[in-house]
Amino acid sequence: MKRWLYPVLLLAALIGLWQLAASTGFMAEVMNLEDFLVPSPAEIAEELWKERSLLAENAWPTLVEIVLGFSLSVLIGVLFAAVMHRWTTIRLAANPLVIVSQTIPIIVIAPIFVIWFGFGILPKLIIIALICFFPITVATLDGLRSADPAAIKLMRTLYASRGQILMRVEAPGALPSFFSGARIAAAVAPIGAVFAEWAGANEGLGRLILDTNANFRVDLTFAAVVVLSAIAIALYALVALAERRVVTWR
Amino acid sequence: MNVSIAGVAHSYAELRTIERLDLEVAANGVIGLVGPSGCGKSTLLELICGLREPSAGTIAVGGDGGAGERLAHCAYMPQRDELLPWYSAIDNAALALRNQGQSRAQARRGAAELFERFGLAGFERVAPQALSGGMRQRVAFLRTLVSGKPVLALDEPFAALDAITRGEMQEWLAAALRADPRTVVLVTHDVEEALYLADHVAVLSARPARIVASFETASPRAPDRDAAVTDPAFVAARERALRALREGGR
Repeated sequence: MKRWLYPVLLLAALIGLWQLAASTGFMAEVMNLEDFLVPSPAEIAEELWKERSLLAENAWPTLVEIVLGFSLSVLIGVLFAAVMHRWTTIRLAANPLVIVSQTIPIIVIAPIFVIWFGFGILPKLIIIALICFFPITVATLDGLRSADPAAIKLMRTLYASRGQILMRVEAPGALPSFFSGARIAAAVAPIGAVFAEWAGANEGLGRLILDTNANFRVDLTFAAVVVLSAIAIALYALVALAERRVVTWR
Repeated sequence: MNVSIAGVAHSYAELRTIERLDLEVAANGVIGLVGPSGCGKSTLLELICGLREPSAGTIAVGGDGGAGERLAHCAYMPQRDELLPWYSAIDNAALALRNQGQSRAQARRGAAELFERFGLAGFERVAPQALSGGMRQRVAFLRTLVSGKPVLALDEPFAALDAITRGEMQEWLAAALRADPRTVVLVTHDVEEALYLADHVAVLSARPARIVASFETASPRAPDRDAAVTDPAFVAARERALRALREGGR
């Protein structure tokens, strides 16, 4: 059996169960709720189709935020890792700060960024980058530091400069670790986008989720969630594909 | 280029690895250093190559005593081949040329002639992980030859190979050195390897390393290895070296 078939079968089974529980009214009854608050997958699918233009309108800005925010985090993440790898003093000084940056709950800091930087895309990019750079920096730095000391000694006897050792031994060796970090970042970038939009936005899937939920349009909320996770999966798959194309020696 | 070691000692903090070592290697001579595992042989190679400084004594390569000058004269072949999996066989062998600023094409041309000469023709574009153990060691050795450096420091080059391949590789290395003589410091725990390849063999004690026995070999790098190692004089020398090794190990 093909490997991708297992998760597909599991997902189909779960959706089937949900469909059964929701359409018979069993779920609503158990949870003591009105029927329309517990939509079945079929109803959500119907909503996806009916409200496709509304969903697309709101998916576009969120997609832009996620892609730009993620790209920014890759840039910052790799830059931090390279600088911290090159200068031990900077690594020792900055390491605690990098970790502290992750202890700030984004949901708390997001409204402040909106006050500082307005309702535009900038605060959203900052919030996404703030969440996403961390796994990339940590993983890439680990990868850079894991180069075999013997390979570095060997390179030194083969006329290599510090920069050549970085570019020819350490950086390629760190690529698998970098991609591990980037995959985590790709998976959490949509979460950052939703938080950022909740703090203040006129459009986007996060904003739509907030509105529809407030109006008890649970079916439409679910439809927006489906679109959001489709974006997350696509980004993750893109990173995994890039990894396969770049890291050919594994 | 000759290597001259006088009164050298080295220790890692409290751990004394080398104790007052004196050694002379003539230009284009091959010295074999035999000793028990962990006796500081690898450290000695790193000292010669200028990758470390001794705690006491002097090391001169071609009359130059500074670490930077020694580094400029020596090429190092570490215990594991350290071929970089993201480069093809020829790009690995040509690393020294690339590091000196040659273009990829130029560097490949520079290494191609040696591939031809040393039985690696046709394997230029093969990835290292697709090569057999013996072939990997050949590429690793060519990588040090291509550097054009007068002194080669070889650290247990064939330790990871099976007995038959190891014998073939010793014969191959002997031929390579007959064709392209260099000053070689060969570290090994294989007495037979040292006696076959080197002009001069020094037996080292357990840590801290000092020389417990030292002798010239009868017919180093003979074209017919099988005949050479079964010669009665060779067998007698091997017994003497093994006895010195046993006694020094205590």
